[in-house]
Amino acid sequence: MGTGMCATEPWKSPGQPGASPNLVHTLPPSGRTARSAAVTATSTSTSPAAWTRRRSGAVWVESVFFGGGTPSLASPHTVAAVLEAVAQATHLPTDAEVTLEANPTSSPGTRLAAFGTAGVNRLSIGLQSLDDAELRLLGRTHSASDALRTLAEARHLFPGRVSVDLMLGLPAQQVGPWLGQLQELLRHCDDHISLYQLSLERGTALFAQVHQGALPAPDPELAAEMYQKGRAVLQEAGFRQYEVSNFARKGALSTHNWNYWQCGQYLGVGPGAHGRFLPQGTRGHTREARIQTLEPDNWMKEVKLFGHGTRKRVPLGELELLEEVLAMGLRTDLGITHQHWEEFEPQLTLWDVFGTSKEVKELLEQGLLLLDHRCVGGGLGEPELHIYRPRGSEDGLVRRGLWMLGTWHWWRVGIESGKMRQSYSGLLVFSGVFGAPGRAWLCWILCC
Amino acid sequence: MWLLAGRGPRCGRALVPWASGAACLGLPWLRCPATRGSTAEPWAPARLYGSGDRKEKIDMSRFPAEHIRNFSVIAHVDHGKSTLADRLLELTGTIDKTKNNKQVLDKLQVERERGITVKAQTASLFYNCEGKQYLLNLIDTPGHVDFSYEVSRSLSACQGVLLVVDANEGIQAQTVANFFLAFEAQLSVIPVINKIDLKNADPERVEKQIEKAFDIPSDECIKISAKLGTNVESVLQAVIERIPPYAGQVGYLIAGMKDVTEAQIGDTLYLHKQPVEPLPGFKSAKPMVFAGMYPIDQSEYNNLKSAIEKLTLNDSSVTVYRDSSLALGAGWRLGFLGLLHMEVFNQRLEQEYNASVILTTPTVPYKAVLSSAKLIKEYREKEITIINPAQFPEKSKVTEYLEPVVLGTVITPDEYTGKIMMLCQARRGVQKNMMYIDQHRVMLKYLFPLNEIVVDFYDSLKSLSSGYASFDYEDAGYQTAELVKMDILLNGNIVEELVTVVHKDKAHSVGKVICERLKDSLPRQLFEIAIQAAIGSKIIARETVKAYRKNVLAKCYGGDITRKMKLLKRQAEGKKKLRKVGNIEVPKDAFIKVLKTQPDK
Repeated sequence: MGTGMCATEPWKSPGQPGASPNLVHTLPPSGRTARSAAVTATSTSTSPAAWTRRRSGAVWVESVFFGGGTPSLASPHTVAAVLEAVAQATHLPTDAEVTLEANPTSSPGTRLAAFGTAGVNRLSIGLQSLDDAELRLLGRTHSASDALRTLAEARHLFPGRVSVDLMLGLPAQQVGPWLGQLQELLRHCDDHISLYQLSLERGTALFAQVHQGALPAPDPELAAEMYQKGRAVLQEAGFRQYEVSNFARKGALSTHNWNYWQCGQYLGVGPGAHGRFLPQGTRGHTREARIQTLEPDNWMKEVKLFGHGTRKRVPLGELELLEEVLAMGLRTDLGITHQHWEEFEPQLTLWDVFGTSKEVKELLEQGLLLLDHRCVGGGLGEPELHIYRPRGSEDGLVRRGLWMLGTWHWWRVGIESGKMRQSYSGLLVFSGVFGAPGRAWLCWILCC
Repeated sequence: MWLLAGRGPRCGRALVPWASGAACLGLPWLRCPATRGSTAEPWAPARLYGSGDRKEKIDMSRFPAEHIRNFSVIAHVDHGKSTLADRLLELTGTIDKTKNNKQVLDKLQVERERGITVKAQTASLFYNCEGKQYLLNLIDTPGHVDFSYEVSRSLSACQGVLLVVDANEGIQAQTVANFFLAFEAQLSVIPVINKIDLKNADPERVEKQIEKAFDIPSDECIKISAKLGTNVESVLQAVIERIPPYAGQVGYLIAGMKDVTEAQIGDTLYLHKQPVEPLPGFKSAKPMVFAGMYPIDQSEYNNLKSAIEKLTLNDSSVTVYRDSSLALGAGWRLGFLGLLHMEVFNQRLEQEYNASVILTTPTVPYKAVLSSAKLIKEYREKEITIINPAQFPEKSKVTEYLEPVVLGTVITPDEYTGKIMMLCQARRGVQKNMMYIDQHRVMLKYLFPLNEIVVDFYDSLKSLSSGYASFDYEDAGYQTAELVKMDILLNGNIVEELVTVVHKDKAHSVGKVICERLKDSLPRQLFEIAIQAAIGSKIIARETVKAYRKNVLAKCYGGDITRKMKLLKRQAEGKKKLRKVGNIEVPKDAFIKVLKTQPDK
């Protein structure tokens, strides 16, 4: 955790009488600190309109997420104090999802239990790999056996609410052994798995090693094969791929993350934290994107001086928000339902916007996109998800695609509609290929 | 008062080569009146010159013809031609003796950087010999045959040349080419062996080479060091003794013309209403190498257009055709006299006009002899020149195709002879002659198809001879060739920009190279791309670009959204610049990589 935290702005629904103008909690520094840790809270609503529908005085917080850096290094007391602060400023139901990112080395069972006592009820474990050599390559200080021990303890403490991350596409990693790791993980894991492809970031030791030729560059072909085969393995094991990188069974989806992809509002507090919400007192319904100061020391200084660490506030335009609705929605297996779209754009239906587009039509014909009575989507093309496929319906736009593998295409789309308030100048379409040669699906479609 | 009466030999009028247009310039402080004997007085009777004591005006007409010498200096690159000119200018008091006199006559930045002369310059020197005052007109000239229009223009104004040869390097290919130009013009050739101060200088060996290659007795060679000034005086004496006088002078005139096309090299000028017999001899410059030139950004088109116009005003040997390419936009197809000419033109555009351009791989002007009467009528001639590969007529319509050939001279230390002969053979060269010009140096003559040497021949030659071999060539007409049109296909769709005319024997290797370059520069897309080179329906080379698999968007949570949206928009912007061939998006860069000149290949 950061050495302190604050809520930068009233976490209140706009126009609510009696909402406090500002809310600042400064917490005593804890013994150990983790860089850039942040806490994020989401509201239950997916649309701005929902905020105003709240009748109670306080905003409902549906989930809280301690993530970024290594929050499990923080004292459980700090976590408890943060949750206490959130609960004081908002309505935080007892069953709200409260997730903590945990690192196997810093999370002995006793510590995990203390976090549970503090109010955490879901754990996301950065396990990354079950191969000790790969873990060393990634600069992790834990071993595969540490990871499995932590996982077992976590499952014991938070049954059904433990997620693990697994990386693919590491330098020199081969498909067979990686699938072996996944199979082994399936013998130990709970009901939620995230698969991430390694992306080499400039400034990391790994990047330098690959750049200097000490390590082979990750092979995108192999990574694609791992992803594809991994999806099949997880599906076989009863997991639903509900987002590009996320798999859950028994309904163990992450409420908090789902909110991002549904373009719900969220508040981020901590060094470098992002938020997107409708601030109190703004006229109209302009949502803001906010970023807090990145460096922990400066962040702390600003919080002490000004009562908050917000560095940047960018109002999101109506179209920008709709772009995000499309971009985020198409990440999920549900796509963008007509109902969901309508919450953001009551004037124009998905049909109005995309129905006459030649490019969209092409994508529909190629089976890359789905537009039916339910939603617009990229479609998974997987048997379990047939429910989301069109059935001779004429009336919706649905997404079909979870694998964000591919490139963006720019198409001019002249959308003419009497109902239009605004001119949609073009269409950004992301499409990706996966699976059998020649088979391609569109993952994303985005208006701008 | 003066009229431009017409166009050179074609119009059959008198020719005064040294007064041809605006390009023959004197130094700012040293004006050379364009005169023809005494007729010059009315408009250029006097001028200021020199920087020493002689500030008085000199009446050029007082020099009797026997006291005038017109001469030129010719040499291989870096053999010291311009340095010798500097010394001659100093020695005659034309310019001050300072340490700063380096390549005084090379004014263009490109000339100074490359150590070459591109534009001929003139200077008048006054020299006192045995009590007589002489007027020596020095015409500095480009050495390279690419600029032979300048060379021949300069040489025809002269009666003699100084042939400068490096005492260390000896005769090089360009020395040979220049010697024969002078020899054919029936000029007196004074061999000057330069750089005798160098440690490895071997003037005796060079004397023997000159005797062997040019049949000039070795005792006629003057050994000097232009850098130190050693023995330069005797060069001036030789100019007076060995070069015959001529009843003419060298200079320039200001004609008040607005367009460079109004004056051509070889035009004859005469006094109003007093026509004279034309002098024979000039051919208009003929482009040997063509290349497309496009602005890097289309918004720069007009700027580039005006830059090219200005530069061609100064260098009328460049031919300009408007052209356009689907990938590169509007541009030009420019004809150059040779590769160096092309490079120099490009460099001058960049340096003098601050224009950056895309220059495509050079091609040569092929010809086709049409077979059907109907076609001949359509084209209005039997033999047509193909400048753009898109206009290449089908085989069924022609009796034969012709390609330009050149006679190339290679001079090399003999240990590289074997490798060089293999290179020449690989370039479809036919050996015409081989001779030892001294114990260790060989002169090879080959007839080459021009297109085999336009791209990288010189670089290959230099690299396999550790830089010791030199090369030069001269135009040798046309020969029959088996030419084919090669298409490049992307998933079966022809890419019009990449249509190439190629010799049948070379189609495979050229096609392979283009496919490989495309493979390296085409970004992966959502499907596999087959890149093929084809002649008609026959595929002769193939490469494959595998489908795109990079995951750019995995892991997207609250903090990632802004960044991802930015990334997507940036990618979308990039897509606007793509050209679609079939369903394949080809970035402009890919075309540039394939089309542009590649020195590394």
